[in-house]
Amino acid sequence: MQLVTAIIKPFKLDDVRDALAEVGVSGITVTEVKGYGRQKGHTELYRGAEYTVDFLPKIKVETAVTDDLVERVVDAIIQAASTGKIGDGKVFVHKLEEVVRIRTGETGEDAI
Amino acid sequence: MENQIFELQYAIDTFYFLVCGALVMWMAAGFSLLESGLVRSKNTVEILTKNIALYAVACIMYMATGYALMYDGGFFLQGIEAFDLGSVLADSAENGFDGSSVYSPASDFFFQVVFVATAMSIVSGAVAERMKLWSFLVFAMVLTGFIYPMEGSWTWGGKDVFGMFNLGDLGFSDFAGSGIVHLAGASAALAGVLLLGARKGKYGPDGHTIAIPGANLPLATLGTFILWMGWFGFNGGSVLKLADAANAHSVAMVFLNTNTAAAAGLVGAMLTARALFGKADLTMALNGALAGLVAITAEPSTPTALQASLFGLIAGIIVVFSIIGLDRLKIDDPVGAISVHGVIGLFGLMLVPVTNTGASFSGQWVGAATIFCWVFVTSLVIWFALKVTMGIRVSEEEEYEGLDIGECGMEAYPEFTSST
Repeated sequence: MQLVTAIIKPFKLDDVRDALAEVGVSGITVTEVKGYGRQKGHTELYRGAEYTVDFLPKIKVETAVTDDLVERVVDAIIQAASTGKIGDGKVFVHKLEEVVRIRTGETGEDAI
Repeated sequence: MENQIFELQYAIDTFYFLVCGALVMWMAAGFSLLESGLVRSKNTVEILTKNIALYAVACIMYMATGYALMYDGGFFLQGIEAFDLGSVLADSAENGFDGSSVYSPASDFFFQVVFVATAMSIVSGAVAERMKLWSFLVFAMVLTGFIYPMEGSWTWGGKDVFGMFNLGDLGFSDFAGSGIVHLAGASAALAGVLLLGARKGKYGPDGHTIAIPGANLPLATLGTFILWMGWFGFNGGSVLKLADAANAHSVAMVFLNTNTAAAAGLVGAMLTARALFGKADLTMALNGALAGLVAITAEPSTPTALQASLFGLIAGIIVVFSIIGLDRLKIDDPVGAISVHGVIGLFGLMLVPVTNTGASFSGQWVGAATIFCWVFVTSLVIWFALKVTMGIRVSEEEEYEGLDIGECGMEAYPEFTSST
């Protein structure tokens, strides 16, 4: 089992959700987050004076998937979230040691 | 029959004063919203408290001493409650149907008191986000009870300036108060800002300006709309009479020109911001509308609609450069009050002789200089006295945490609270 965490542009959330559903992912968790990458935020203008936006708004999508599905899930996210421009985000894949479904007590792949 | 017509005229003109006064009173709401929209959310409660408390202070102080100093109305309005139909009819017969209006003195006081509150509201925006609440309110007492009524007595009150010269005789004219209300408020604000200093983080170590964006632009926009609406009472009521054909037409022209100047001011500022910054800056557009309003206030009855548009347009352009210019001088004015009301207030005074042959440029200069010097110097003295006694600036830590908690002990948008 793997946990896939993707940081994406907020306006791409619907596309990513649809793409993941198509691959067969059964559930996702979404968080509004802020952060920066190599561009270190950007500047904006207010009443003629500049100010820096250090942290840009992003969406974090997390989903737990079985090992056989990981590659297709990552591909689906990349395809759906890509604009080709700066700030498209990143995908992280981490090993998942255990999953428990709280209602039934099921564990492992049964709980995904 | 004639007496009944005079009574009706008295009723209409009194009603007109009261309605216009209520519109101007509503401008206090406009200032509250505009200012709370242009500061950071951590200072929302404090700026709202300041705005509504200063309105209350202005009403009490002007009743206690202001009206007496400005128009000899008696301390605490002594005798204003008396009504004598005989003298009303005698005055009306003497003035004639087309002459000066006869109205209830109580309606006159109400119309005058809301102007004082407007002048004080101007100060609160300029000193926002760093001034102590109670020091501000003490200053409000002095401005509304003494400083403003004194310069008002030399202008609208018609008295000599300390027995030296008479502004009316010199050809000074200020219809609804570009100078008497707006320039005066801005002069007091400038004195406060100079002693107070800029907000922390407003200017970088190398001197460049760092923007501190306002928290709530819907509020700022609504506030501007309310001010725009209230201004119809501000200028429209300053005709002082409605109930004959010539004056009714004059009131209508004032409404028309006031509205037109605001519209042109907004367009002027928006285009200037677009040209300078490459984008439509809403806050500048809002300041532009207010600049158009302030510019036309000194004489809204004599310009043509085209002239009023041009005056507003130029005011809208000037105000953007003025705001940038004050920032270069490190005069930190979070809402642009000194530019909108001071710089454009002066500009409005100088426009009067263009369309009103009764005014002269020299008279306007002397009047503007008199208002500025009096209000600026007396304000500087009061602010300084407050600085060495109560202090006028909050601590650096309180400024960082926000004045809502420090001065008022509550937040505008509390989160993570528990009722148990």
